[in-house]
Amino acid sequence: MKRDRTPEMIGIIFLVVVLSGAWLPQWALFILTIAFAHGLVALGLMLMLRAGLVSFGQALYYCLGAYAAGALGKFLGMSDIFVQMLAGAAVAGFAAFVLGFLLAKYRGIFFGLLSLALSMILYGLLVKNEALGSTDGFNILPSTLFGIRPAADWVRYCVAVAAAFAGLSAALLVHRYLNTPLGRLAPAIKDNEIRVEYMGTSARHAIHVKYVIAAVLAGAGGALAATNVGHIDPEMAYWTTSGEFIFITILAGTGNVIAPFAGALIFGVIHTMAYDLSPNTWQMSLGTALLALIVFLPEGLWSLFVRRKAA
Amino acid sequence: MDPILSVIVDGIMYSAWLFIAALGLTLIYGVMKIVNVTHGSFYALGAYAGASFTGAWLARGYPPMLSYAVLAAAAVVITLAFAPLVERGILRFMYAKDEVVILLITYALFLILEDTIKLIWGVNPYFIAQPYALLGSFEVGGLSYPTYNLILVGLALVMGGALAWLQHSTRVGKLLLAVIHDPEVSRAMGINVGKYYLVTFTFGSMLAALAGSFTAPTVSVVPGLGVEVIVLSFAVVVIGGLGSLPGAALGAVMVGLVRSISVHYMPQVELFVIYFVMAMVLAFRPRGLFSLAEPRKI
Amino acid sequence: MHTIRKLAICSLVAAALAPAAAMGRDSVKIGFVTFLSGPAAAPFGVPAKNAAEFVVEQLNAGKGPAPYRKKGYGGGSIETVIIDEAGSTTTQVTEYRNLVQRHNVDLVIGYVSSGNCLAIAPVAEELKKLTNFFDCGTPRIFEDASYRYVFRTSPTATMDSVGAALYVKDARPNVKTIAGINQNYAWGQDSWGDFEAAMKVLAPQVEVRTSQMPKLFAGQYNAEISALLGANADVIHSSFWDGDLEALILQGGPRGLMKKSITVLTAGETAMHKLGAQIPDGTVLGARGPFGPYAPDNRYNQWFLKGYMAKFSEQPNYASYQMAQAILGVKLAWEKAQEANGGKTPSNEQVAAALENISFEGPGGTVKLANGKGHQAVMETVYGETKLVNGKLAVVNVKRYPADQVNPPANMKAADWIKGGFKK
Repeated sequence: MKRDRTPEMIGIIFLVVVLSGAWLPQWALFILTIAFAHGLVALGLMLMLRAGLVSFGQALYYCLGAYAAGALGKFLGMSDIFVQMLAGAAVAGFAAFVLGFLLAKYRGIFFGLLSLALSMILYGLLVKNEALGSTDGFNILPSTLFGIRPAADWVRYCVAVAAAFAGLSAALLVHRYLNTPLGRLAPAIKDNEIRVEYMGTSARHAIHVKYVIAAVLAGAGGALAATNVGHIDPEMAYWTTSGEFIFITILAGTGNVIAPFAGALIFGVIHTMAYDLSPNTWQMSLGTALLALIVFLPEGLWSLFVRRKAA
Repeated sequence: MDPILSVIVDGIMYSAWLFIAALGLTLIYGVMKIVNVTHGSFYALGAYAGASFTGAWLARGYPPMLSYAVLAAAAVVITLAFAPLVERGILRFMYAKDEVVILLITYALFLILEDTIKLIWGVNPYFIAQPYALLGSFEVGGLSYPTYNLILVGLALVMGGALAWLQHSTRVGKLLLAVIHDPEVSRAMGINVGKYYLVTFTFGSMLAALAGSFTAPTVSVVPGLGVEVIVLSFAVVVIGGLGSLPGAALGAVMVGLVRSISVHYMPQVELFVIYFVMAMVLAFRPRGLFSLAEPRKI
Repeated sequence: MHTIRKLAICSLVAAALAPAAAMGRDSVKIGFVTFLSGPAAAPFGVPAKNAAEFVVEQLNAGKGPAPYRKKGYGGGSIETVIIDEAGSTTTQVTEYRNLVQRHNVDLVIGYVSSGNCLAIAPVAEELKKLTNFFDCGTPRIFEDASYRYVFRTSPTATMDSVGAALYVKDARPNVKTIAGINQNYAWGQDSWGDFEAAMKVLAPQVEVRTSQMPKLFAGQYNAEISALLGANADVIHSSFWDGDLEALILQGGPRGLMKKSITVLTAGETAMHKLGAQIPDGTVLGARGPFGPYAPDNRYNQWFLKGYMAKFSEQPNYASYQMAQAILGVKLAWEKAQEANGGKTPSNEQVAAALENISFEGPGGTVKLANGKGHQAVMETVYGETKLVNGKLAVVNVKRYPADQVNPPANMKAADWIKGGFKK
């Protein structure tokens, strides 16, 4: 059996970001940070996808994480980027813990649609809330790292490195999790739940745990994205946002924990290229690019990098 | 003036519109097991085609009474132009894939079709108010309603009835039932499943286009028309049970009445009342109100 | 094999993202951001884009009316980059950063959506790029924070609601009941909130019968119209725009909604040009200021109206006017700063200093950047009633309200000003 090179790859990627980041242009660092934020959400979705569940409402936790980060700034004056991510993760995780009791019973498309309904309810509640700015949302305090606000030219770099650190650590932790008995259960649940129950484990419990983990990741991602963009609004809970995350996840495939981040980066690049090159028909460009990717890379992006042994 | 009466009338009119809009989606899911996001695009295509064909018809001075037939014809023509292309050209190769992947494919197609519509018709709004105004209005409980809305109700009944008759009383309907339950065995029995998929997709999309076309006289047709319909149709279909015709009807009525009640008595919650109903129904009946029996793997 | 594939993809991506070649200094690059797709394209995005195209073309040919006669900006030809405003705020912030850092634009003019304006403003300050919001309505931008590089050459939405209330009071001095139908998002909520507050000040005994808040882009308003008809209010207020506005008119008109109550459509001017004959007589239309049919007959409007119609075969609406005055105002400041800089190209800081507190004339009349520490414009507002004359829609009973009557004073928040009874 080939040695699992993933932890080393994660380490190398982090080093690459830290070293090359100092030379990358600011707009590229911005896109990279957003890619890490979205990648975190996609990582959680990938975890659930392995168990055969697709959440059409993951934006619920993404949004909760963002608003938690924003609330920290608005009401407590806290702007440390890691504290924001932890707060986002905690709020999202708690919500998932509660909602998981209901959702863990559903499978297939109904799981997806119920999670969609819940995310749209959050959207509706936020839009009604004029104190939080309704659809205009509100701005978030500029991020600080351990209490220091980096010099203007270095902000993007510092935030990108922090994002890379958070994202890649999460990837490492998830990778470890996937090697635990509970983590290994995912494909089994996808395949045949009744046999899993016969083996003595509770599929519902395993799904509940995965759901909470995915939410925690999404919450952290939401907080990270919010602090990077500097603005929070209810559209972060809208179904089109969830749709983007699902796209990234499917695009990336379930091959490896690094794949969601690669997928998020590619999606971000395609998206911005579409706006740049065809401002009047960017939807068509985006749709065509995505269709092409699905058709020609059915196993997701990761299949590009995995060398297939001869059958 | 009795608010209860207007609640009911408004509810029924909205339900009829929802039913027509959602019917195609539940049909396609029931037969092909795909969640079809291009449903919204065909609704928009129907609306644009209906508006431009009827606009041209009226501009040439042809009899306005026939404009309703033109609306229907426009929907049929535009579907036949696009649906087989989509199904034969792209979807046909994708049926073996995971249902979420197919959903994403239809989403990519939806994006492409949105810009296609923009390229053909531009961004300016289209109006054809004449068919709407032509039939005058009637009074219920002191409020006047346009008679045109009754057409939508009539259309809903006709479409629902026709589909039910097709399903239960014709040979095609029975064969379709076989295809729904087990495509593989149906193929083995000699049924041309591919042809049924093509016909179902085209017919389902045509229903969406008809909904769009007949809605066009009541609104201004603008880009993004299809997006709202997707989510509403989904909610209705999920509440009723994916693939179930009576379910879609019941779902439409429920959502329509609940929305009407909230508009009249609690306007503030109107925004998410539909998702609330959806969540409630799913919480107690996880597969929707009426759902097809599905075998479980052991 | 795989390595080659990887390399190919990476280089393709890198090539596509390579920054545009640096432009010579005898041209000025302006980034325009406005809706090119979705429902907001037709009423705002495309009219604004058209206005930008027309004005830039005229300026580059030196055909602008005095004092805008100089070629382009200060003699330098204007080059335009246009970006679609559709998409989430994350996308917009990303694209703004791309505009500034990849396209290296000299300044940015754009943004219709208040959410985007709020998000972009701090980013503009961070990147030190002169940014002029030409249309978005929320007063929060300059109430929540102060900026050096961010400007808005159009008045806020407060003006629309206050003007509407004043017009209603003039038209129906003993108004007793009001109702509203507004889209359930920030714009609609704020518009209704301001109108309700203003009416309570002008007519303290007024009662709200119902406030309908349907979802944005709902499209089907039969139930809401029934509720409004049943409410039997003297005045109905709506800040609906485009598709929703037109659906409301198409669905409400035949049912007698506009006849039963005085209907005020604060953003109604855009529907005038498309729906003309469908709008019942006596509907009160707003154009978010002295634009469109309410524009003054000065030489700027003559130049703009004639030229725009000749080029596009349709009338410019208020979004077009707002874009035109956004470009002209910045041009004036740019050239002032250039002069002060000895004829050399001015920096963003110098232009910003020249733009602060500026007062200039445009196709809509006088624009004064009096609020927001000299960054926020105030103008007069105008309302009138529709009347079908020979099959064409015209406006009658036009009333103009001076800037200081409908805009809060420089040091007050809009909401406080209204609640305090419009006291300075």
